[in-house]
Amino acid sequence: MSEYKKGGGMIRGIPHDTVESSLPILATFIVILVAVGGIVEIVPTYYLDDAEPAVEGVRPLTPLELEGYAIYRREGCFLCHSQMIRPFRDEKERYGHFSLAAESQFDHNYQWGSKRTGPDLARLGGKYTDAWHIQHMRAPRSVVPESVMPNYPWLEETPLDTSITKARMEVLAMMNVPYSDEHIANWEADLKAQAGVDDGAGEEGLRKRYESKVWKHDGEVVTWTDSFEPTPINVRAFDGDASDITELDALIAYLQQLGTHVHFEEGVDYYHDKFGQPYRK
Amino acid sequence: MSSVAEKEQYNYDIVKVCVILGIVLGVLGTFIGTWVASQLAVPALSFDIAEITFGRLRPVHTNVVIFGFGGFLLLGGGFYMVQHTTHARLRLEGFAWAAVAFWLIGCLLVVATLPLGLTQGKEYHEAEWWIDIILALGWVCLTITTLATIAARKMSHIYVGLWFYMAMLFMVTYIFVFNGLAIPVDMTFSYSAYAGVHDAMIQWWWGHNAVGFFLTAGFIGIMYYFVPKHANRPIYSYRLSILHFWSLTFLYVWVGAHHLHYTAIPDWTQSLGAGMSIALIFPSWGGMINGMMTMSGAWDKLRTDPVMRFMVVSLAFYGMSTFEGPMMAIKSVNALSHYTDWTVGHVHSGALGWNAMIAIGALYHMITRMWNTEMWSTKLVNAHFWIHLTGAILYITAMWGSGVLQGLMWRAFDEYGNLIYTFADSVAAMHPFYVIRATGGFLVFTGLSIMLFNTIKTISAVKAGTNITLTAEAKA
Repeated sequence: MSEYKKGGGMIRGIPHDTVESSLPILATFIVILVAVGGIVEIVPTYYLDDAEPAVEGVRPLTPLELEGYAIYRREGCFLCHSQMIRPFRDEKERYGHFSLAAESQFDHNYQWGSKRTGPDLARLGGKYTDAWHIQHMRAPRSVVPESVMPNYPWLEETPLDTSITKARMEVLAMMNVPYSDEHIANWEADLKAQAGVDDGAGEEGLRKRYESKVWKHDGEVVTWTDSFEPTPINVRAFDGDASDITELDALIAYLQQLGTHVHFEEGVDYYHDKFGQPYRK
Repeated sequence: MSSVAEKEQYNYDIVKVCVILGIVLGVLGTFIGTWVASQLAVPALSFDIAEITFGRLRPVHTNVVIFGFGGFLLLGGGFYMVQHTTHARLRLEGFAWAAVAFWLIGCLLVVATLPLGLTQGKEYHEAEWWIDIILALGWVCLTITTLATIAARKMSHIYVGLWFYMAMLFMVTYIFVFNGLAIPVDMTFSYSAYAGVHDAMIQWWWGHNAVGFFLTAGFIGIMYYFVPKHANRPIYSYRLSILHFWSLTFLYVWVGAHHLHYTAIPDWTQSLGAGMSIALIFPSWGGMINGMMTMSGAWDKLRTDPVMRFMVVSLAFYGMSTFEGPMMAIKSVNALSHYTDWTVGHVHSGALGWNAMIAIGALYHMITRMWNTEMWSTKLVNAHFWIHLTGAILYITAMWGSGVLQGLMWRAFDEYGNLIYTFADSVAAMHPFYVIRATGGFLVFTGLSIMLFNTIKTISAVKAGTNITLTAEAKA
């Protein structure tokens, strides 16, 4: 075995011989050294206000949209589609206003992505009709001939599994996503109402709960300004069929709300200003 | 240094298991990689089957090549190196075998569950919470047995390769645990403990340090043993190894933020990440130079020894991709490269060029030493080298081309200030590159298949007693 050269044990006066001859010393040095960078960069995002400036309008997902999120994650959509618009002219032209930190504050986990094999989806909501989405999920190349996206024909044939919807909301509530006991208790009614399978019976309750201007969060009540009108919740048979709730209903409900919560105004600097009540202290 | 009598005491059985598993998972992982790459060229290849759509299968590819192929190289190579550089047989061998068992079960569960749609949705950390626990147990067992063996070393100094290996053990524990923290809803679903900005920061602290410690520190440790051993030359510079070890260990941790340039994370974090990334070129090249210059006086081996070629070319790729990385971390360059195939190309110049080639070199070295035999066919090793190299170059150059083209098409404006291209135009323009990329991937898969075949033939020949044993010089 060829060994490295001996006799260079002093590096600028530091006796490296001592370090590399002692497992405890070497191990301790490494354990401390590799912890520094992460602590300096990540911990401040939790207590610096400007890491996630508050903005009015961002609400938690409805039960149906939450199931849509789960399907989005299950199918690995984020591997080809980002949800993070950068502050460049071409991205503004193509996708809309750059993404704000607060817009994904309730996304456990975040869906910013790292690759655009397909376009960014951060502001997809309302850009296309439900009919377009239905056709696009069945056969993407029938609406975008250049597309390399897989077909997802089973989504409209698979009934939505809602067995853990309530548990999802309870887990998120534990992590400060502002679902109240009322939100959680009414999960099923709200889910059916949004998918349009209850003949409109639950729509009012759904809107009251999710178009609210008052959110209890982190133990304190946050109230949006009077003049702010929350974005209406989309209520309809998203897959075009009001007789049942399918995975496609949930997925389109999720896609159609993306990036629609915040109402961007001309002349407001969303990059540096803080306004409204902060969600986090 | 180590006489034949001393080698008898080493536990080679466990290394042999890891070596074979590594090669098998390498073949599987590159096959799946070729498959998903082909799907981007020919979308019909998903056959409308949910389990094999790109979104579900791509993480299977990344997990199998990184944690399967790379993981078993690190396990096997680590067990081999720690014994040879401490002159001690593995200590607490039960933990070592448990590490192999947990790791294998974890890898198989990943392969079984990701196609079913069970995913945490975190890149390179997709396995659901209960599989995470199995993998973490494996890692803890590996750490225990490695440290116990180092503690039992027969000399005062700890070998430089082991410093890097230890840095990997500790840092991967941090990042795997913290990034994996989640609250389970049930066995099929969990929510990350972090949201939005925080989740992004922690994800890329994990993501880049999986590269920095699993695929760099761990593999550099492997390099520090196998390159000097195979070249039969001493490490070029002891001082350089000290300098680049501590600077690499400190700097890598900071650079994850360069995956989030111009996103909604704070500006200062982006700039810090960019600055540290650029600084990282020095420790990276320190390792590259130390490895390359170890060849001084042994360059002639490149003419006759394809295993040496794998090792030297891997260092060349390491030098190239650690130049490319800092360049892509410059914010204005990243503005073009981010979200494009350039990133994919960069990753693969590291993965196919550096990681795979040093791993393959180390694997061939271990096979011949442990079974005390020449490979069944040196010609096939040579063929493997050229096929792998061609595949890697096709892959990387295709992704450079498509990445830069994508970036330029997305930002192109005409004279009236309108976007020239739709997004779909850029997708169509990628087609030829995706075909070339899939071809490159197929060549890499072919090379590893040849390696598997050659390995099976070699071991069979040893069992049948028809092999050619190593010369005393080669064994030294």
